[in-house]
Amino acid sequence: MKWQMPKKLLGLAAVGLVAGAGYLALPQKTEAQGATIRIAYVDPLSGPMAGIGDTGLKNFQFILEQINAKGGANGKKLEIVPFDNKLNAQETIVQVQKAIDDGIRIITQGNGTAFAIAISEFVTKYNERNPGKEVIYLNYAAVDPILTNDKCSYWHFRWDANTEQKMAAITAFLKDRKDVKKMYLINQDYAFGQGVRALATKMLKERRPDIEIVGDELHPLAKVTDFSPYIAKIKASGADSVITGNWGSDIALLIKAAADAGLQVNFFTFYAGGTGGPTAVKQANLANRVYAVGEGFANIPHKESIEFEKELRAKYKLSLFYPRGVNQMRMLAEAINKAKSEDPKKFAAVLHDMKFEVYSGGQGYMRADDHQFMQPMYMAVFGPIKADQPFDEENTGWGWTIAGKVDPKETLVPTTCKMNKPS
Amino acid sequence: MSSTIKTYGIWIVAALLLLLFPYVFSAGASLTTMCLMGIMIIFALSYNMLLGQTGMLSFGHAVYYGLAAFVTAHTMNWAAKAGYPIPLPLIPVAGAATGLFFGIVFGWVSTKRGGTAFAMISLGLAELVYSSSLILRSFFGGEEGISADRTKLFRVFGYNFGPQIQVYYLIAFWTLLCVILMYAITRTPLGRMCNAVRENQERVEFVGYNPQFVRFIAFSLAGLFAGVAGSLAAINIELAQASFVGAGQSGVVLLAAYIGGVAFFVGPVLGAIVVTLLSIKLSDFSEIWLLYFGILFITVILFAPYGLSGLLMMHAQFWRGPLGSKIARFGRLLGAYVIAAIPALIMLAGAILLIEMIHHVAQKGAEGANMHFLRRSYLTVNTRSVLPWVGGLIALFAGFFAFRFTWPTVANAWHKALLDAQRSGK
Amino acid sequence: MAELIIISTLNGVLYGMLLFLMASGLTLIFSMMGVLNFAHASFYMLGAFLGFQISQWAGFFPAIILAPLIAGGLGALVERYGLRTVHKNGHVAELLFTFGLAFIIEEVIQMIWGKLAMDYRVPSLLDFSAFTIYATNYPAYKAFMLLFSILIFIGLIFLLTRTRAGLIIQASLTHPNMVGMLGHNVPRVFMLVFGLGTSLAAIAGAIAGAAFVTQSNMAALLGPILFVVVVVGGLGSLWGAFVASLLIGLLQTFAISSSWSLSKLFGTSFAPASGTILYDIWTVTIAQIGPILPYLLLVLVLVFRPTGLFGTRDT
Repeated sequence: MKWQMPKKLLGLAAVGLVAGAGYLALPQKTEAQGATIRIAYVDPLSGPMAGIGDTGLKNFQFILEQINAKGGANGKKLEIVPFDNKLNAQETIVQVQKAIDDGIRIITQGNGTAFAIAISEFVTKYNERNPGKEVIYLNYAAVDPILTNDKCSYWHFRWDANTEQKMAAITAFLKDRKDVKKMYLINQDYAFGQGVRALATKMLKERRPDIEIVGDELHPLAKVTDFSPYIAKIKASGADSVITGNWGSDIALLIKAAADAGLQVNFFTFYAGGTGGPTAVKQANLANRVYAVGEGFANIPHKESIEFEKELRAKYKLSLFYPRGVNQMRMLAEAINKAKSEDPKKFAAVLHDMKFEVYSGGQGYMRADDHQFMQPMYMAVFGPIKADQPFDEENTGWGWTIAGKVDPKETLVPTTCKMNKPS
Repeated sequence: MSSTIKTYGIWIVAALLLLLFPYVFSAGASLTTMCLMGIMIIFALSYNMLLGQTGMLSFGHAVYYGLAAFVTAHTMNWAAKAGYPIPLPLIPVAGAATGLFFGIVFGWVSTKRGGTAFAMISLGLAELVYSSSLILRSFFGGEEGISADRTKLFRVFGYNFGPQIQVYYLIAFWTLLCVILMYAITRTPLGRMCNAVRENQERVEFVGYNPQFVRFIAFSLAGLFAGVAGSLAAINIELAQASFVGAGQSGVVLLAAYIGGVAFFVGPVLGAIVVTLLSIKLSDFSEIWLLYFGILFITVILFAPYGLSGLLMMHAQFWRGPLGSKIARFGRLLGAYVIAAIPALIMLAGAILLIEMIHHVAQKGAEGANMHFLRRSYLTVNTRSVLPWVGGLIALFAGFFAFRFTWPTVANAWHKALLDAQRSGK
Repeated sequence: MAELIIISTLNGVLYGMLLFLMASGLTLIFSMMGVLNFAHASFYMLGAFLGFQISQWAGFFPAIILAPLIAGGLGALVERYGLRTVHKNGHVAELLFTFGLAFIIEEVIQMIWGKLAMDYRVPSLLDFSAFTIYATNYPAYKAFMLLFSILIFIGLIFLLTRTRAGLIIQASLTHPNMVGMLGHNVPRVFMLVFGLGTSLAAIAGAIAGAAFVTQSNMAALLGPILFVVVVVGGLGSLWGAFVASLLIGLLQTFAISSSWSLSKLFGTSFAPASGTILYDIWTVTIAQIGPILPYLLLVLVLVFRPTGLFGTRDT
């Protein structure tokens, strides 16, 4: 086979080889091992979800800064080390393996139940096969109930109320909303969305059997660019309220389409507060109609958390998306202090049934049966804020107003978890 | 005797190397990386059976990889539950069978056409399968996929394949086996006819063969080997998930095969190694690692269409004459390369610095002016000061011009080496 | 029911026309290169982001004029310095080049604008409800989009069949050597056609970006559907692209509004066991498989009628 001899690029090839050698020679981590307690943050840091991953990383960096300012844990500072999982299950496991190979023993992740399950199972198997080198997994946002039921693990701890609990909170709130009579369910067609619709159907029947479910829709995840056909269906059904677990572009587009069609319904959502959500709601001019459930909102009248939020926004120009992240990291630090050890086996035993005063005020505790954190939940509605409310979202001038508080008792759901406690 | 050694020697050397690698690369992450490389090598070679050998550009090769991974996960679960005496090392056979089966079924539809139509069909099929994976939950396990436990299978010689080193040897064995088999196929009449179909379909018909049938067989075999790769992937991470059949996975193998070079058998092997390394490590250095990947790809397409192996094989013509003169010749050539490499490196460094700084300024205003270049805290750069910008621009342009200046040096060195090689004869 | 059909038809036609805006550019480029431009959806995305950025500085209407001009210029440069270099390495290399280009454009956009959605709004001039059907408002902006797409289609047909430049372009597509011998600068024609194609994609992006979400995953969402449209319509045929865009737009929109499934049709008496593949197929609704239908159509067309519905060239 004859071909041209592009001499120029031979230099490039030489460059490649030299660069490769140089890269292999570069020291991988500059911090001396052991000087800080490192936590691996395995979430998407590139690609379409990178914004969410990046925001979470910054949230955690700030949270850890605050904890370190108060002394850190066991005399050492806490440090978060990002690993890009590229929104891929195989890659997630490779990055976790990389973190472990690098000596990190605390993994945290939240975006995507699929990856959470992959990590949880990997960590459990790893700990079984490598006694003495245990690794712990802190889950801050993957909400599928299965992680604290059939696929529970001693080494997995979850700080986000799971789907079942969030639906329990929503339906508890709806108990007093007599103006809600006809409900439409629209969700993303995958495990989470299907979970939301199944739970909504079940819990509405239990708590508000008078509400008629006039529609139950599943749409492909993150693929729909125009929700107007769905809005048309909602209108045709005569619903006055919508329950949706949609997040990301799916909630933003849904609300946009609703505004375009002039649809005036209540939206009871999980993730309308996510990035892009507030902007969409404001653009759609749906004042005081879009609700979200969560463990914390910026305008909750709790002095310490308001100070915290002010500092975060001033420094990073971001809102605190993960009040549960604060709980998680503070509890981690406290558990390490109580156990006087960085060994996950030791401080996991402390976290196992730990009680804690949560970020927004109130008592929470880690349920020992399934490692699900129980905490007070809130329902908030998005709309123009009053003078005494310090925070708006995404520079829209609108913010979250608390519409209701749900006691942890209302969100106590049963569990089928049978975890194997290590000896 | 010496020709036998030549023919088989290389495989023996390869086997020995594979045996010894874990002792040479003993860092913790190396074992994981080598396992992934082995899988990608089989996958990329199977892809090259289509692209490099038969001229079929497929955008959906991951379908066979992924489907085999799912069947493997299900097989592992079924064998473990029912207690059948199927040891883990035999499980990739199930993957191969799956790859072959779907290769035949989908290949029957796809290979009716060649060229761009084939590429589009492969794209369409891939999207179909991926979209179905979210609907057919019982087989694909929905978002979470299907997980398995490789230690629960029948044990041979007491190996439970829990430790990564055992998995490495399993993958190394299957990699060597598949590479030998795929190489052997290229030496058969079938392999030659595939090349013929790639070159000139019409003449193949004149000679009496049916190009569609040749493509069909090549496709099915490529599916078989992709199936082995998928199976090993499922064993390695004990999970099979929808992304295994996705566009991203198909894209990665295309990148790996092409960057390595589709014209030579060893090309995809090189490409698989490079791409695996890059995709694991690059994200540690920069958030925009995908951009660098893309730039690398475009550079290869524009300037080195035969890939890395093509670049290396260009030197094959210098491998002549007595050993002493060979060494001298390559030494001189290498010297010229080093002279060219220095300004080129400077140019690259300048370009990367500028790109990273633009990214920082555009996206990371909240972190302040200081940027950790390449995520190394000892390389902090103040993006608000003019110095790094000017420095980057100077490095870029001065580097480029100096690099151009060295081209004649390299050209001369080539010329001399060529003459020298021709003179020293065989 | 009638309301649903009318609204779905309107939405389907609108979506189809949007697809057509992009597909028309792609068809033109394919007729010229003989290779599908993978980066076409990326130029659509580029148009949306440029439109957003310019509208921040100069307002919406200047944005939809400037954005396609800039994108078209970029496209012309890409053709001149990129594609021409790769052309000698064959079709596969060209296809791969556009594939790599798509990659890079997406990454550069992410690098500059980030990964979050941009607050690209419909201009207040068009932000009202055009008409109301059965109590559902149809936004004026969507009507504007529809009108705009039709105008472009007419303009394109006019350009290609009635103007001298258009005739030269058509001739260059089929007989480049002859046209060159007649004294026209054929490489320059190719460069202009590529620029025209990409600017068509960009203008689609600039106006669609305000109605839908402007985010860095736009290209990945719309890209595959685009190829389906072009291939089903017939590579090289503008009418084919038009018909196919409408067909697929309507198909997807109507599929979404339908919640029929086999289980609904036949009831639970024949239901296969839960947890098996057959059960999944039994219970899946047409709405759920809506997004898959175009790909099914693609495979079927390619197998049985590879020139597409109106195609003039075999692939």
